[in-house]
Amino acid sequence: MSEKNAAVLIDKAEKVFGKDSDRVVALNGVSLTILENEFFTLLGPSGCGKTTLLRLIAGFEQPTSGRIHLHGKDISYLPPYERPVNTVFQNYALFPHMTVAQNVSFGLEMLEKPRAEIDKTVNEMLKLVQMEALRDRRTDQISGGQQQRVALARALAPHPKVLLLDEPLSALDYKLRKEMQIELKRLQNETGITFVFVTHDQEEALTMSDRVGVMNNGNILQIGAPHEIYDHPSERFVADFIGDTNFLTAKITSRSDELLTIKLSSGIEISVSAGNEVVGKDAVTLAIRPEQTTISNSVESTELQGVLRNIVYIGTDTHYHVGIDDESLFTVRVQNIHGRQQNFEIGQNVGINIDSNMVQVLKD
Amino acid sequence: MYAVRSGPVLVKIANMMFKQKFSVTRMPGFSVVAMICFFALYMPLAPLVIYSFNEGNNIALWEGFSLRWYGSAWENELVQGAAIRSLIIASFASVFATIFATMAALGTTRTKPYRGQMTIYAMINQPLMVPEIVTAVALLILFALIKQATNYHGFAYLIIAHTAFCIPFAYLPIKARLEGMDNTLEIAAADLYARPFKTFRRITLPLLLPGIFAGAMLAFVISLDDVVITEFVKSAGQDTLPTYMLGQLRRAITPEINAISTVLLGVSVLLVTLIFFMSRKRGN
Ligand SMILES: Nc1ncnc2c1ncn2[C@@H]1O[C@H](COP(=O)(O)OP(=O)(O)O)[C@@H](O)[C@H]1O
Ligand SMILES: [Mg+2]
Repeated sequence: MSEKNAAVLIDKAEKVFGKDSDRVVALNGVSLTILENEFFTLLGPSGCGKTTLLRLIAGFEQPTSGRIHLHGKDISYLPPYERPVNTVFQNYALFPHMTVAQNVSFGLEMLEKPRAEIDKTVNEMLKLVQMEALRDRRTDQISGGQQQRVALARALAPHPKVLLLDEPLSALDYKLRKEMQIELKRLQNETGITFVFVTHDQEEALTMSDRVGVMNNGNILQIGAPHEIYDHPSERFVADFIGDTNFLTAKITSRSDELLTIKLSSGIEISVSAGNEVVGKDAVTLAIRPEQTTISNSVESTELQGVLRNIVYIGTDTHYHVGIDDESLFTVRVQNIHGRQQNFEIGQNVGINIDSNMVQVLKD
Repeated sequence: MYAVRSGPVLVKIANMMFKQKFSVTRMPGFSVVAMICFFALYMPLAPLVIYSFNEGNNIALWEGFSLRWYGSAWENELVQGAAIRSLIIASFASVFATIFATMAALGTTRTKPYRGQMTIYAMINQPLMVPEIVTAVALLILFALIKQATNYHGFAYLIIAHTAFCIPFAYLPIKARLEGMDNTLEIAAADLYARPFKTFRRITLPLLLPGIFAGAMLAFVISLDDVVITEFVKSAGQDTLPTYMLGQLRRAITPEINAISTVLLGVSVLLVTLIFFMSRKRGN
């Protein structure tokens, strides 16, 4: 195997909690490679196994089966205090009987670094997270955002090979969260440490990550750069979980190596690239992002036609909900640019234009 | 019998302080019931305290204010001896009981659930369930055997007996504190390269200290006013303050008894108040 650049290699990790009727499979044979210096995000709904995966890497849990390697070394069964990995906990878990500076120096003291080096590193870290002024405060005398920074400094101070972050921003309010997202990205760049970040917030995952792993039910469904995940979701869950998506059922009428010809319910045929394997299937599901479509008054030469059911104005955009058959509504998102708005009336017939490059054929 | 009645109340107070605050206080009629309870609890104490300052020899006939009986108790060599004995026994017993209780609390909360955990829990709390008089008789018999075999008649029996019945009182606040303590702090310490013993010394123990102090003080108070077990276990000349007072009841009673009682009451209240304020300050 050529894992030259792998920081963390997870090989078919399985984690089962409980026995018999209490049995929960938290991780269902997950394999994953996280590269050095990467900002990697595990994204998925609550209960999908993100924290469990992180705890396996940190050593707070041990896999039921499977292996975990760190820079080529098998660490599957090492205790946490022997792994050069640090964690930023969801509730920060700062030591309440220590000052800010004492919290930050704790890891270095446990590593028995010389005092001078500890002091120097603590100063650097406090400076890095802009907490020098509050270094002698007790941790219950600082705000949530400041606690967050201390937790970061504490975990970064021993300069771990990998930093694990379990939904560290979820307790912060919106504005602070946005600031911290940028801050985290900066810290990752400056320290060059591999970050493994866990969140259930798709927007957060897309803005911060080099690569994202989308999880559901103890499985990793898709791994890729944010734009890959967003533009080319491999399956319905991924497309649905990240952003808004229209799903259409359609039939494959012909296929070549690179192109599929697909007949929409309207009878119109479009050609799309054969990205995902849909071998041996004729009926497929298509995912189409609302912003990759346009709406028009004319129903001539449009891919879909329907009746306008609803108009939702949300500031930057307007959403048009179009009934394309008896059951489903198709959403078209149009940016509100001054002078370019069109007038539509609810109940009128409209046409929908679809950019066939942005149509994604799903695996299931 | 004071110990038996007040013990569980003290434990409840300690538990309340370390766990969540509940809000029956907002239920209708609460304040009326509370007033009645307080009245019933503290009313009988008033004459006791008042008559400790009586000038005369009678405990029910007021003859004017004086500190005479405090002075007489202070100078009474029997009282002095009993008081010193009480303090020594309570000090040793509370320290030993707290050490055992701390280990027991760690063993029952900081381990993975194991079979027989409930049994162990019940065994630790056994002294709260077995009638004190039964324990007293049992200890009397056991120690009689040992005394015969070793010919040792010293203090140690009392300290051992007090340690034993103080353990559950020290245990409960420590356990409550441990359970209220987030174990992610210990996980965080392990994550920051602290080996288990370092984690215990740097994280668990310091955070547990308020609970340990509360447990120790509770044990101290419980030991200080124990009558039944002490009465059965003590050898001749080993009176503690409560057993000395019991002995005095068989003779003519003077307000000296009131004075000693008032001091004991004061010490107990002081210690419990201290527990309360300490846990308020250090507890989150
Ligand atoms: N210690 C545990 N004991 C039993 N079940 C657990 C334990 N930890 C997690 N689980 C279960 O495993 C699943 C995944 O949990 P988790 O990894 O915390 O999900 P996430 O972090 O994605 O929300 C959940 O169903 C959860 O209930
Ligand atoms: Mg989680």
